Amino acid sequence: MACALVRSALRRKPPLQPAGADRRRYSLRSGTLERAIAAFRSVSGDEGVSLGEAVREQHGRDESVHKCRPPDVVVFPRCVEEVSALAKICHQYQLPIIPFGTGTGLEGGVGALKGGVCFSLRNMDEVLDLHQEDFDVTVEPGVTRKALNSYLRGTGLWFPIDPGADASLCGMAATSASGTNAVRYGTMRENVLNLEVVLADGSVFHTAGRGRRPRKTSAGYNLTNLFVGSEGTLGILTKATLRLYGIPESMVSAVCSFPSVQAAVDSTVQILQTGVPIARIEFLDDVMIGACNRFNSLSYPVTPTLFLEFHGSSKSLEEQVSITEEITRENGGGDFAWAEDEEMRARLWKARHDAWYAAQALRPGCKAYSTDVCVPLSCLPQIIVETKEDLMRNHLTGPIAGHVGDGNFHCIMVLDPDDPDEVQRVHEFTERLARRALAMDGTCTGEHGVGLGKRTLLREELGPQAMEVMQRLKATLDPKNLMNPGKVL
Amino acid sequence: MAARVLVGVKRVIDYAVKIRVKPDNTGVVTDGVKHSMNPFCEIAVEEAVRLKEKKLVKEVVAVSCGPQQVQETIRTALAMGADRGIHVEVSGKDYDSLGPLQVSKILAALAKKEEASLIILGKQAIDDDCNQTGQMTAALLDWPQGTFASEVAVEGDKLKVIREVDGGLETIKINLPAVVTADLRLNTPRYATLPNIMKAKKKKITNVKPGDLGVDLTSRLEVLRVDEPPQRQAGVKVETVEDLVGKLKEAGRI
Repeated sequence: MACALVRSALRRKPPLQPAGADRRRYSLRSGTLERAIAAFRSVSGDEGVSLGEAVREQHGRDESVHKCRPPDVVVFPRCVEEVSALAKICHQYQLPIIPFGTGTGLEGGVGALKGGVCFSLRNMDEVLDLHQEDFDVTVEPGVTRKALNSYLRGTGLWFPIDPGADASLCGMAATSASGTNAVRYGTMRENVLNLEVVLADGSVFHTAGRGRRPRKTSAGYNLTNLFVGSEGTLGILTKATLRLYGIPESMVSAVCSFPSVQAAVDSTVQILQTGVPIARIEFLDDVMIGACNRFNSLSYPVTPTLFLEFHGSSKSLEEQVSITEEITRENGGGDFAWAEDEEMRARLWKARHDAWYAAQALRPGCKAYSTDVCVPLSCLPQIIVETKEDLMRNHLTGPIAGHVGDGNFHCIMVLDPDDPDEVQRVHEFTERLARRALAMDGTCTGEHGVGLGKRTLLREELGPQAMEVMQRLKATLDPKNLMNPGKVL
Repeated sequence: MAARVLVGVKRVIDYAVKIRVKPDNTGVVTDGVKHSMNPFCEIAVEEAVRLKEKKLVKEVVAVSCGPQQVQETIRTALAMGADRGIHVEVSGKDYDSLGPLQVSKILAALAKKEEASLIILGKQAIDDDCNQTGQMTAALLDWPQGTFASEVAVEGDKLKVIREVDGGLETIKINLPAVVTADLRLNTPRYATLPNIMKAKKKKITNVKPGDLGVDLTSRLEVLRVDEPPQRQAGVKVETVEDLVGKLKEAGRI
């Protein structure tokens, strides 16, 4: 990430590269691309293939700071058979394949570094096979998490994983996404039962067997979780079978202010240790709260704060809440500000969900980049305190918001991309932060993925032997390195 | 205060479905297509249930007109907190031609039979966009109406209704009994939870025939033809103003 920013700052915002410039990055006999495009058209029709500059640009960027890397062509398959046929053509002509869901990733995962073909899966948008009594549903890649929950609204079921964006569920599977609810409901890794995958050579298979959806299995290698988090580098996900949950009978949210970061984080650790099945426990530091107050015209006290949410029956909520209040009080926490009904809770959480924009509003004209480290819970107080000291020492704007219940927090770095000095300092800060987390047995990316910018850190995190195993798997499944080249590994 | 609230709920094609016109242009494809409660009816049910939770009404009765499948829609209303349901059986050609006039006659008859003092409906259905049933029902009963409600408050034996109108918001006070139609911003409907869906299975739904209510279902409207909107044509890019003017002249526009 920051490397890209450093380069671009030093070059003073280079213009968007035209398709021709990208094409020279891999050797192509003349006419190859044209022949491939003709073949694509025979599979998906003229409407299913686009060479338009605006369409390619739209499919070459996501919501990260990485610059746009448009593909040479975008295809819009309507079914898995088309995906397979198009992939076979790419395989024959040695064209990179980049799967695209909603383009809401945060790590530059969709950039076509070597040009190639973007597979936009938005036309495959059916919810298939809902099994209410079994709590599972199968979806195509064009279905987003909000669309699924809207579809399910009459059934009493929901899919709770809620990353900030209204992302494609298969995209969420590909990046092993998580959300504010992970502390109670888990991440994509725990909630994908089966995947339909198209490999680089066009072959189609189901990771747990076609149509299978038992709640647990010990049959064979765990291929499902091999592809969850593979970020489009091993195959295209064309169907996902997901685990659903019952919508909780009652939900209640609360905000609690603390005199110090240590107090807030200690409370978090203790709440989890007591076994309260808390649904959301989000931390915002004083800088973040200040930004949210300004952005949403609120007046929360400007100190480290926890946003909490409890799910359950009304009786169990009473119990959960009273245990939690006792803990926060012992740690010097203030009174709870409550929200019970839908609209009040939405207003309360809006402050948290708008954090990204509130942070950017602190310094208009600047870009934002989010760090994403995750550490064991017991290390959380230390790493947040050290990180805040680092930010202050280096005069960096980095309000902190995070899913402290998972040991995961984000510093939303707000920086001027045209100031090479600041860009450099942010880059160095994020590397120090990642290494701090790695030193505490943590990870450099809790939920956003590796994408383009964290490949070096991944090597440090996993070590050469694990990297070697990953390289060998990649070489087996995608020997021509066509699947989203330049990402993850 | 109002003892009994009647809420009308309509089963329509789900808002997220891509609508397709039947090849014979007589209507849209409904077979095998996902149906759900009209979103404005969800808002109406939510408002009625909130009134009950505030102890301002005693009973919420959900009503739907149609074939067997509308029972699902009534069950959803029950899962949201309605106390019981009434299924007015209408099927076949009668159902195809069922419109606001017939439904409002049915609702008026039911309101009298059930001694309801408040009817809450969605402002319109998302399939026909008629926006007539609430108004017609009020007229048939000679009750006041608060339509496009974005806020409803009980003040003694009257209702204060804030209406969304073109110029902004209009606040009116109407006597009970009355008809209210729900607009988008009235509330955010709750999702039915599993425990409530299970409880709803035990709530009662009574079946009634339109004939029993003395209602004639004959329609005075005949649908002649249903067409898709015209396909959007691709635009043409021109290089200069002269080209633009030339093309407009060609097309006979200037």
